[in-house]
Amino acid sequence: MADTERNPWRRFLALPNESRTKTLVMAFIVAAVCALLVSSATVLLRPIQSANRAAEEQARIEALVRGIPGMADLLEQSGGTLSTVVVDLDDGRAAQDVTIDTLDAALADTANWTALEAGDDIAGLGQRPDYAQIFLLRRDDAISLVLLPMTGQGYGGRIDAILAVEGDMNTVTGIAITSHSETPGLGGRIEDRSWQSSFPGTELHDDAGDLRFSVARGEASTAYQVDGITGATRTTRGISNMVRFWLGPDGYGPLIRAIRRGEF
Amino acid sequence: MATRSDLWTTLTEPLIRQNPVTLQILGICSALAVTTSLATALTMSVSLTVVLTLSAVIISLIRRHIPDTIRLIVQIVIVASLVIVIDQVLQAFFAEISRALSIYVSLITTNCLVLGRTEAYARHHAPVPAAVDAFGNGLGYSLILLVIGGMRELFGRGQLFGWQALPLADAGGWFTPLSLMLLAPSAFFLLGGLVWAIRAMLPEQAEAPEHEPPADVRAAE
Repeated sequence: MADTERNPWRRFLALPNESRTKTLVMAFIVAAVCALLVSSATVLLRPIQSANRAAEEQARIEALVRGIPGMADLLEQSGGTLSTVVVDLDDGRAAQDVTIDTLDAALADTANWTALEAGDDIAGLGQRPDYAQIFLLRRDDAISLVLLPMTGQGYGGRIDAILAVEGDMNTVTGIAITSHSETPGLGGRIEDRSWQSSFPGTELHDDAGDLRFSVARGEASTAYQVDGITGATRTTRGISNMVRFWLGPDGYGPLIRAIRRGEF
Repeated sequence: MATRSDLWTTLTEPLIRQNPVTLQILGICSALAVTTSLATALTMSVSLTVVLTLSAVIISLIRRHIPDTIRLIVQIVIVASLVIVIDQVLQAFFAEISRALSIYVSLITTNCLVLGRTEAYARHHAPVPAAVDAFGNGLGYSLILLVIGGMRELFGRGQLFGWQALPLADAGGWFTPLSLMLLAPSAFFLLGGLVWAIRAMLPEQAEAPEHEPPADVRAAE
């Protein structure tokens, strides 16, 4: 019987299931064991998953470049790979002391992030890194294509994308969405080729040099607009703000001026 | 103690006669969503069968010590943890397929099939019969998923497991793909047809009509 049992574990198991102690302790044990299981699986598998994601991103970049008409040939000519540069976003030059290998470590340090003021922070980021990895494609020493990774806030969460811009830094050649958590079927359609196909040819700046790009509410009506998605107003506004922020003075603005001056 | 033939019945009964999808109409959401191709249907089937079997064993092991008042939440926590682990494993080792299945793996948690089996069977039986029952139900679910997935992939794309079974008209063959097969409604049609076929063969599965059409409508007017 329970009172002759010395082992506290057995005494606990012998309690009636209805007892409050047993209910609470069982709930705690189940929760603790499950928490342990879930967290160890997450921690153990994280390196493999992030390697997968990196490979996926690389594949998407290549798919983006190959999807642009004529780019696959260009890519073959330039050796089949893109050159990768880490740029310092503040002055728009190639970063001196941060390389691709040390970029992750540098971005883990909060000193390498700049807090954004509410008025400037149209993409809803709160802060932005000081260094970013961009991709350049050259032909005959001139830059023919620049791939700019960017991040914005959609309806369901963060949207990561890569915008491809021609060497004139004004004409969009394509966009690839690398990750998002928008509603499947509505905002999630930003993944669709049919929607992304309205990007090529869109212009970013007008003749005066002002940033004019936006996502239209319905169909695009000017050369600076791309089509909107019906039923996904917040997602398309997020994309619009993301592109406008990253091409603006707090994003790749200094880099764009540097490339136009021919510094790359 | 359960004999060998009892276990065999427990295992085979849910395949057709007590099939969880076509008889009990459980787990329909995922059955419709992931059956656009055989590969995703197979992965989903394997994931569900593993989760179902493991959770049945775990719940059966602690069945005498689950307080009645919190039994549902204990079962859900166990199932959800297993699902997260499976999802992480898929993301790590089968990244492609995990992307194709998107949220449906996580939705195994809310699949009525899992909770249905643990609540109805595993909670009252020893681990071995519980595991056999769960495995059998997993196989029954897999069977339906694979049949529907196979038909949708074959008629929607002319492929089986990505292998071109029917030559496409675009590529000089004779087969024009039925795009409707890749959309959700076709899964409803196929599943409905399957339920009808099974119930036509096994009439004892047919449910009694809930309403009799009134015979004297005209007289009442």
